[in-house]
Amino acid sequence: MRPFSFTKIDNAANALAAKKEKSQFIAGGTNLVDLMKKNIAQPEQVLDVTTALSSEIEDFTKGIRIGAMARNSALTTNAIVLEKYPLVSKAVLAGASPQIRNMASTAGNLLQRTRCPYFYDVTTACNKRKPNSGCSALEGENRMSAVIGYSEQCVAVHPSDLCVALAALDAKVNIENSKNKKSVISFGDFHRLPGNEPNRDNNLPENALITSVEIPSNGFQKHSAYLKIRDRDSYAFALVSVAAALELQGTRIVAARLASGGVAHKPWRWYDAEAFLKGKEATAANFSEAANIAVQDLKPLAHNGFKKEMLQGAIATALQQCLTV
Amino acid sequence: MSKESTYSRRAFLKASGAFVMLASIPYSLKAMYVDVDKLTVVPKQALSITVSINKKSYSVPADTRTTLLDLLREELHLTGAKKGCDHGQCGACTVHVDGERVLSCLTLSAMIQGKEVTTIEGLADGEKLHPMQQAFIECDGFQCGYCTPGQIMSAVACVKEGHTGSVAEIKEFMSGNLCRCGAYNGIVQSIQKVANA
Ligand SMILES: Cc1cc2nc3c(=O)[nH]c(=O)nc-3n(C[C@H](O)[C@H](O)[C@H](O)COP(=O)(O)OP(=O)(O)OC[C@H]3O[C@@H](n4cnc5c(N)ncnc54)[C@H](O)[C@@H]3O)c2cc1C
Ligand code: FES
Ligand code: FES
Repeated sequence: MRPFSFTKIDNAANALAAKKEKSQFIAGGTNLVDLMKKNIAQPEQVLDVTTALSSEIEDFTKGIRIGAMARNSALTTNAIVLEKYPLVSKAVLAGASPQIRNMASTAGNLLQRTRCPYFYDVTTACNKRKPNSGCSALEGENRMSAVIGYSEQCVAVHPSDLCVALAALDAKVNIENSKNKKSVISFGDFHRLPGNEPNRDNNLPENALITSVEIPSNGFQKHSAYLKIRDRDSYAFALVSVAAALELQGTRIVAARLASGGVAHKPWRWYDAEAFLKGKEATAANFSEAANIAVQDLKPLAHNGFKKEMLQGAIATALQQCLTV
Repeated sequence: MSKESTYSRRAFLKASGAFVMLASIPYSLKAMYVDVDKLTVVPKQALSITVSINKKSYSVPADTRTTLLDLLREELHLTGAKKGCDHGQCGACTVHVDGERVLSCLTLSAMIQGKEVTTIEGLADGEKLHPMQQAFIECDGFQCGYCTPGQIMSAVACVKEGHTGSVAEIKEFMSGNLCRCGAYNGIVQSIQKVANA
């Protein structure tokens, strides 16, 4: 790890004023400290924002507002989340471990970096870590890599579970930039596809802060599921994951949401499958057809062809689980 | 020492450090992607860290890079918490901060100022073991013992959080603690024993 100065900041304005090119905010530290130990992140100044930003989870008429510093574990015990946005807590519980969830913040979860093994191995080429050095995964060990939306430059996937639920629920990210101007980024526009700039994971402007995440109220309380398939039962990143949510009138689907982790550089929404389900009966046959529609455009790499069938099964199963849980 | 002489000494160390590194590593062996600027030495920064550990207050000077795990083990000689992976992947370093289980290897010491840390050394009441420590002995909750301090700290939190409803629930909420010896059945039994006591 490289030496750095450490400053505890007491409010958002001071955090933004203190932020320089070579400084980095720290929240739970579960991703940043790891990357600093590997010399992948090398801040000269670390700014502790844990008490500068809200950790409140507030219910307001149009939705819920989750403070940037709300812990991942808080999202699994908060009464409003459990009652009105259970998909969020299901997704968080499928990720990391109790210790890490106690440390990790909401903002940090959105900004965690990929787990691609080549990103972590500084002796290999990786366009995300070092622009223009090449992508070792494209022709290398790409079992865990993307199956859609990737480019020749980068086939990494976004590792978050929480973000898959937030994508499915059309969340919004509230930010404050270096000039103290507040703005909102819709969740679908927050994370990016790699294109020619895989070093950029998201569209958060340079030196800006995430202050909170909002989820608009919805009709998915009763029927949602998060299904994560991984190499071991728990405490592992997704091979593929599915967030599914249905709003039903009797047995008819009024609205459907489907998103996946482990498939792309950003949490991926299956819009065509959602459109197919709208207005249909909630039957196994329709769920299975929705899954077929979702996987039809996948372009697996040399070692991750299995993800297609796995995802197809996971989508149909997650939709079915919406009816029972 | 005057400011000037500190500066020149540091500049000399910096220059000679970089020179020695450059001279001693053949270019052919160097990883291709190491930038030259990574070879320059940034001066280390120290902090005075005030923290309460097992209800005892400590004030220690430490490099800003010191994790809570290294502070405990290297500076305070509280070697109960173990370093397994140092990257958040094994749980051997689990301690409680303000009553919650966290990983000390991913916690910067500077961030626990003013907080209450409990380690395995703080669990027993004098000579009287904590019920979870006793249960681990009675249920064969360990073999080599390396993961055990982390397992016990995590297990105490698991019971406190109320995640002991079934074997499956205990396993899920203990999944952040790996055991290379595979003492998992004994660990689950220990937790059941304490939860049902
Ligand atoms: C072993 C292991 C397993 C894991 N498994 C999973 C898993 O299965 N699923 C999953 O989803 N996650 C998993 N994680 C990742 C974990 O969820 C993230 O590391 C965590 O959410 C990051 O949050 P943090 O608060 O610790 O972020 P930090 O490490 O503190 O920060 C991460 C980044 O966000 C920036 N940042 C933090 N807050 C702000 C803010 N308010 N505004 C702007 N920038 C900010 C920091 O500068 C840094 O760049 C795992 C992690 C580990 C170590
Ligand atoms: S040493 Fe901290 S998790 Fe392994
Ligand atoms: S007892 Fe040996 S690692 Fe768990």
